Order: sequence, then structure tokens, then C-alpha cells
Amino acid sequence: MPTVAFTPNLRRHLECPDVEAPPGTLAAVLENVFRENPKLRSYIVDEQGRLRQHVAVFVGGELVHDRVRLTDEVGADQDVFVMQALSGG
Amino acid sequence: MRKRIHVGTRKGLFTFERESEGKWTIVETAFIGDPVPMVLPDRRDDVLYAALDLGHFGAKLRRSRDFGKSWQEVAIPEYPKVEGDDAEKAPALKLIWCLEAAGNDVPGSLWAGTAPGGLFRSDDRGESWQLNASLWDQPDRAKWFGGGYDVPGIHSICVDPEDSRRVVLGVSCGGVWITEDAGSSWRSSTTGMYAEYMPPERREDPAIQDPHRIVQCRSAKDTFWVQHHNGVFRSENGGASWQEIHAQPSSFGFAAAIHPSDPDTAWLVPLVKDEHRVPVAAAVVVARTRDGGRSFEVLRQGLPQEHAYDVVFRHGLDIDGTGDLLAMGSTTGSLWVSEDQGDSWQTLSTHLPPIYVVRFGQS
Repeated sequence: MPTVAFTPNLRRHLECPDVEAPPGTLAAVLENVFRENPKLRSYIVDEQGRLRQHVAVFVGGELVHDRVRLTDEVGADQDVFVMQALSGG
Repeated sequence: MRKRIHVGTRKGLFTFERESEGKWTIVETAFIGDPVPMVLPDRRDDVLYAALDLGHFGAKLRRSRDFGKSWQEVAIPEYPKVEGDDAEKAPALKLIWCLEAAGNDVPGSLWAGTAPGGLFRSDDRGESWQLNASLWDQPDRAKWFGGGYDVPGIHSICVDPEDSRRVVLGVSCGGVWITEDAGSSWRSSTTGMYAEYMPPERREDPAIQDPHRIVQCRSAKDTFWVQHHNGVFRSENGGASWQEIHAQPSSFGFAAAIHPSDPDTAWLVPLVKDEHRVPVAAAVVVARTRDGGRSFEVLRQGLPQEHAYDVVFRHGLDIDGTGDLLAMGSTTGSLWVSEDQGDSWQTLSTHLPPIYVVRFGQS
């Protein structure tokens, strides 16, 4: 099952331990995480559900392509890393 | 009860307290390392609000019920969800640019002015927010554009001290908007203002005016002062019309303050001009009028007069309820206070992070 891990820099603001979530689209994976940790949502995505401009998400080591609808597939053997981009912010 | 100055900066919130005459010390720090674009000490219930701009992680709002010792995360204003093909370009909260108490008759109710141009209201101390649809749906909003930021933003919210249903907004760049029914309906009112940054035929277009800051006299509620991109304007009729004021040593700037009980007394912080945003002659001064703008005194005592390049942003100047205390913070991290209406200034720091907002409060 995929593990979703977050940049340690988020821990300045809120608790966000690594969690496991069922595979699926990135949107579905994150939705599972946000259900358990509702405050985390606004740190990762905006109110339109898009990835924040300066948040970078990797699935299986690859930067995700669809930052608007989060349709990239997360396989059962892939992990998700939510990082902050070095640009902006 | 002690006076406080809350100072929101590029790298945290600093709270100064007045221990005795002329003696101010930092008593609280919070959010060190994070931008704090706005702070609201709510005098109605002594709740303190701080807006954060976390960059990577978005705009946030924190609330303190113990004078800034501890903070709790509360909800942020959110723009309406857009589905389908337009989702990619749909608006999202960029910045909480101003926060105001919504009136003494509605304790716990707040207004928030944001970029990209939404006005929001909370009736539960920030637990939830509602977009003001009436303003958002104004056809003229399509003409608004960025000023200060890439997108338009609401930076001034003046709530009538006697009638909280009457609110005057300042938008950069989107003009002056007035409601008399608590936001159910709005009208634009910029008669007398002009915009030299536009083609001649659009010069007086209400929807593109750039009022940098609007302030209202607490006791003479029909008097407003505006530091506009193209100069200084004043209204004595509740914003129905505006008269241009020629300030000294220039009429360009961002900040304005008005005496709480004397509508003819106001303070401005002049810069050279829009394409040259530094103090005139590299000397920080405050311009004060006591006659409604017919004449100005240029106040310098205690302020740096050589090679000073401090800029005071929109929310970087505040006056307390007595009308005697002024606080002023600059982009180069200088913080000054005056206890004599600006006649003399005391330097509280020259090495804070760039200052976005100063506001008087109490403990």
C-alpha cells in the first residue's frame, strides 16, 4: 500500500505523520489523508482542489503531471512524497 | 490596561508594550520566519487575529484569546468552487490583506479583504467565512486589476462607527465601494478621483481607481481621507465625492491616518512619486495637516534625515484611540512611535524584518 510522506517543514505548522492510503488517483489518495487530517488540506491544495503553486508532489519518484485534477495514478507499490518546491513560497 | 503595538512583518509578529511614558518593549513574538500581512486586535472582546502568508502552504488565519501568548488555527476565506473546464483558472485565496471588526453591535463578526478581490464575512470569530456575493458579482469587477500585487485586492474596510451596515471599501485597483445595507448591495463612488496611469478616456473610470489606503474619522464619520496612487483625496460627505489635496513634500505615498475626534487632522507618509518610491531627499518625514489639507507641517524630529530609504506600506501607520499616539513601520524594518501627535518620534527598532502592518491594541 502506498505511503504518503510530507516535507518536515510542514511540521512547524501542524502534525502530519507519514500515512498509508489505498492506491488510486492522487486525488483519491490525498482525499483519504485529508479525511483523517482535515487541517492538512489547505496546506497542500487550494479551495479549488489544485495543488498549491509551490507544492511539489512526487509519485514513485516522478513529479506529478496533473496539478489541477490530480489524476495521476498512484500504484500499490508506489509512494507519494509531498514536498515544497524550491521556487517561490 | 497597557497600550500595545502589534507589528506584522515579513518574518513574524512582534508585540510591543508601553511600560511607561516613552518606554516600549517587545513582550510577545510569534510566527518567527513567516510573513504576517495583517493583524487585528479586536477591541470588542480582546481577541487577536493574525493573518499569515505561508508562501508554499498558502494564506492562513490564527486567533489568540490570551493576548498573543498562544494561537489557534481558524478557517480561511475560500473562493467558490469552480468545476469543469474553468477549474484551472478559478480564483483562489492569495492573501488576507485586511481584517476589521464588523461593528460594536455584532460582536464576533469580522470583515476580511483579500486578494484576488473577494470580500468575506465571518460571524463566528473566524470559524467560518462567507464570500460577499453581491460585491463579487458586480459587473465592474471585471475591470479591476492588480496594484501592489499581481491581482486586485481589498485593503481598506471602514465600518461606520454608528451604523455597522454602512461600510466603505478601498480596492487596488478597483476604486471605492460603499454599502449601506451590510453588503447586500454596493455602489462605486470615486467622483473627483482620477488615474493618470490610464488612457485619457479611462482617467475617471471608477472601477480602475487605485486608492492605496482609506481611513475614516471615528467621530465625524462622513470624513474620509484617501492616499491614492495619484495623490491625496478627502471626502466630507461620506464618500459621495472627493476633493484633491496637495500634500507636502509630495502627494504620493501609501499610508494615511486620521485623528479620531478631529476630521481636519490627518497624517501622511510622502514618497517622491510612483516611479520613484523612496522618501523625498532620502529623509523620512510625516506630513500632518490640522486644517483639512489646506496646509501641511513636515514632521522630522526623531526620524532619519540622511540616506533613509524607508517606505511605509498601506497598513504601516496607525493612530490610537486618544489621537496622541502614532506608530509607523517601514519596509526596511524601522519602527517609530510618537506620543505627541507626530511632533517627535522615537525609534523602537531599526532591524525588524520588513514591516507590513502596525496596529495599536491593549493587554
